[in-house]
Amino acid sequence: MDRAVTSQTLHPRLSRRRAPRPGRYGILFVSPFLLAFAFAIAAPLLYAAYLSLFRQGLVGGNVFVGLDNYRRALADALLHTGLIRVALFLAVQVPIMLGLALVAALALDSGRLRWSALFRIGIFIPYAVPGVVAALMWGYLYGPRFGLFHQVGTDLGLGLPNLLSHSWMLASIGNITTWEYTGYNMLILYAALRSVPYELYEAAEVDGAGEIRKAVSIKIPALRQALLLCTIFSIIGSFQLFNEPNVLQALAPGVITTNYTPNMYAFNLAFNGQEFNYSAAIAVVLGGITAVVAYAVQLWTNRQERAL
Amino acid sequence: MSTATTAPDRSPDHRPRATPSRRPRQRPHRLRSRASTALTVAMALMLAYTLLPLLWLVMSSTKNSESLFSSFGLWFGHGFAFFHNVHEVLTYDNGIYVRWLGNTVLYAVLGAGGAAALAALGGYGLAKYEFRGKRAVFGTVIGAITVPTTALAVPTYLLYSKIGIVNTPWAVIIPALASPFGLYLMRVYALEAVPDSLLEAARIDGASELRTFFTISLRLLAPGFVTVLLFTLVATWNNYFLPLIVLNDPQWFPLTVGLSQWNTQTMGPQTGATLDLYPMVITGSLLAIIPLVVAFLLLQRYWQSGLAAGSVKQ
Repeated sequence: MDRAVTSQTLHPRLSRRRAPRPGRYGILFVSPFLLAFAFAIAAPLLYAAYLSLFRQGLVGGNVFVGLDNYRRALADALLHTGLIRVALFLAVQVPIMLGLALVAALALDSGRLRWSALFRIGIFIPYAVPGVVAALMWGYLYGPRFGLFHQVGTDLGLGLPNLLSHSWMLASIGNITTWEYTGYNMLILYAALRSVPYELYEAAEVDGAGEIRKAVSIKIPALRQALLLCTIFSIIGSFQLFNEPNVLQALAPGVITTNYTPNMYAFNLAFNGQEFNYSAAIAVVLGGITAVVAYAVQLWTNRQERAL
Repeated sequence: MSTATTAPDRSPDHRPRATPSRRPRQRPHRLRSRASTALTVAMALMLAYTLLPLLWLVMSSTKNSESLFSSFGLWFGHGFAFFHNVHEVLTYDNGIYVRWLGNTVLYAVLGAGGAAALAALGGYGLAKYEFRGKRAVFGTVIGAITVPTTALAVPTYLLYSKIGIVNTPWAVIIPALASPFGLYLMRVYALEAVPDSLLEAARIDGASELRTFFTISLRLLAPGFVTVLLFTLVATWNNYFLPLIVLNDPQWFPLTVGLSQWNTQTMGPQTGATLDLYPMVITGSLLAIIPLVVAFLLLQRYWQSGLAAGSVKQ
């Protein structure tokens, strides 16, 4: 800040007018965001925590019940089914999606691909499609009435399974989210690859490394942090699963139950069951589980990195 | 999320060294290697996977409901009903679709535009100034990235109904305004794109901090700003869970909630199969996609370089 001192000696009147040192302006720049943050995130979060400690009395008015709602959540089989379902979804869909995104990003970066600009934007485009529209579209494609899969299956004489049935629904939802987000993850990984200094590749080439060797030895290690970012966002997305099953519910009401995912359960508790307090507790539990899993993945990655 | 803060930045090599706005560098080894047909075919399959459903949507929007059932999905049917469908979509129920489109634009402009602006200001403040509590602010924001926003939707509804702003546009716009990830991206971007020496030169010339921001820094931040704007735009344009909860007057619905409601009316068990709405849901979906796709295509240069700089260094 010695420059500020210089300017004071040069323009004494000016400097009196702008009395605060530049550092103070940092708060000025940040405060509008913090205000929005308080109303959009902090207040609802705190309010949820507060509400989760009460129960609606029979006569009206809330009764303080301590951790009862959380005890109920621990024993609630309906909640557990949803949690297990999204955990399964997470364990299967996220690796498939990130694997595809990784392969695509490496292909884009390999320099051995024709029309790479077309692939880059074309594979990314589904990200711009609203999740609701994607679910509607794929729902129609899956459907037995005029769905494309049914048409092609019938024409080829194959007996395709009903993709909206109980045993296929989760895979069908997984396909929708894979379709939506592979391109987005691909671009994040590709952007990270672009920043690898090409001197590294030159050195590798001098040593006689081919494209695959370069991908394994240089590119994938360089992607560690970007992959971690993608993984954590995917974890958050999986636990929040709501839009797709909620839209598909109209097409397969018997398959998608009101507790199909934890978020759907919280929604239905609040708006069909009027159990606002318990619903708030579930929101807190869900947020907590997400944060813990995301944090564990991060710790695990850091430990792996240290081990190398 | 503490990926950013705690991740050891032990590899200075991996940092983008030039200004973030640089175009992808020419790599000498690119010129030497030959294009691989196998790779191109594999990527073409992936492209087919992403584009064929959209082709189906485009083709289906040209069909009436009878043709939807009888013709092949990836080609035109009998007759060309596209303009008829568009007319139906735009005029059904006194033009409610147009109202929904207007609402979506309103929420996107105020919510996403506001979020990007607040993220730019805040990210710049965090990157370029030292002030007390800075670390606490940054830590809180990073932690908030992992807060699942849809898990907050029910509490948000409860809180906003206490304040009495449920069922007004504010209930959708205010939650959209805070984008912790946007702030994080802008901070990274500002660190790279705005040199301290430039700010100090401006200070010596007697420019106020705000004036420096608006006349000098904002221009340097443009690619990062466009990137954050596009991503907040996607988030608000595609928002479904929150508006579904906080709005119950169809006059305030965004497109996502409205289209989903049409779908329920078409498919709902209570109404049986009233086929009339299928072409409208399909055509309405297509129309809802177009603005964002066009925005991404037109602004490619900006967001691709912004993404390169912003998401690389964690």
